[in-house]
Amino acid sequence: MKTDSKTNKHVYWNPYYGGFLLGILIIFTFYLTGRGLGASGAMKSSVVTIVDKVAPTHAENNEYYSKFISKDNSPMNTWLVFETLGVLIGAFISGGLAGRIKWRVQHSPKITRKRRLVFALAGGVLFGLGAQIARGCTSGAALSGMAVLSSGGFLTMLAIFGSAYAAAYFFRKNWI
Amino acid sequence: MGPLIPNGMIPIEWDSIIAIFIGIVFGFVLESSGFSSSRKLAGVFYGYDFAVLKVFFTAAAVSVIGLYYMDYLGYLDINQLYVHPTYLWGAIIGGIIMGIGFVAGGFCPGTSLCAVAIGKLDAWVYVAGIMIGVFLFSELYPFFEPIYNGYFLGNVTLIDSFGWNPYWVIFIFSMIAIVAFAISDIVRKKIKSVFY
Repeated sequence: MKTDSKTNKHVYWNPYYGGFLLGILIIFTFYLTGRGLGASGAMKSSVVTIVDKVAPTHAENNEYYSKFISKDNSPMNTWLVFETLGVLIGAFISGGLAGRIKWRVQHSPKITRKRRLVFALAGGVLFGLGAQIARGCTSGAALSGMAVLSSGGFLTMLAIFGSAYAAAYFFRKNWI
Repeated sequence: MGPLIPNGMIPIEWDSIIAIFIGIVFGFVLESSGFSSSRKLAGVFYGYDFAVLKVFFTAAAVSVIGLYYMDYLGYLDINQLYVHPTYLWGAIIGGIIMGIGFVAGGFCPGTSLCAVAIGKLDAWVYVAGIMIGVFLFSELYPFFEPIYNGYFLGNVTLIDSFGWNPYWVIFIFSMIAIVAFAISDIVRKKIKSVFY
């Protein structure tokens, strides 16, 4: 038992331990449901739902939104949305037990809060766009794809890490 | 024989309930591994913290070994599992865009959700960004459609694509992961540490 967690907010699990448990979870998920984990799918469902509520005809006429809209089922009623709710709960429990819950903007002391938020927004836009083009993010395409040796999963993983390393130099001021 | 829900061993009504429980464990493991911190995640690209590499590749190796082992022992039919489809250029171009987004924003979607749950405002902004990105893609769908739907190779695995023996692929993948872990420890010792 760790009792000094309040003063040790940055003590995390051993990465091999976390990775091992995550691997076991992926096996369990495939064993039960036949599919892997995901994360960006729920955000896509949210966007489809919002657009469908705000501009129903526009959503029906758009070739992409209309794939996910059906008359008798809400686009939010998908496996990934429920899984994502769970992720929020699980992370909240873990963060709560370790004393890490707090409203704050985390950034390098060398950059301003505003700069961090601008880059976070831009990074999010790019990730959201890329995840649609590749039909999945690091969880859905790369991690769950690699678990079943999917060729696309390996390709996406190599592309994500390859381009992130290639671009890292240009963003170094934000992090180091 | 698994997978259990598609084969009717567990009633389909349990699907959403199981989804929440799986999500809870997923979120707990990610957060406890430190994936709610963008500065820890970004460390993998600058060599001051290799948690992403270690967690990600340990998970990939454990899961692929476990799934093939369960198939070998007859608990699971690997051919019934959903294989992420391969759209050649979609996977590459999408991945490249995601990589830039990763190093610019410091999160990927799953990790940003963990950070949202513990109150990181940068993660809230990041998730808003993802939703804008999805919106842009949908509005400009006709423009992206050729790479989204083109170059479709099927729901193929490395075994189908190259005709390799899966056990050798898994063995070599695991060896690469172990070598990468060893190299990452050497690199980290040489790089000036960053406190966050």
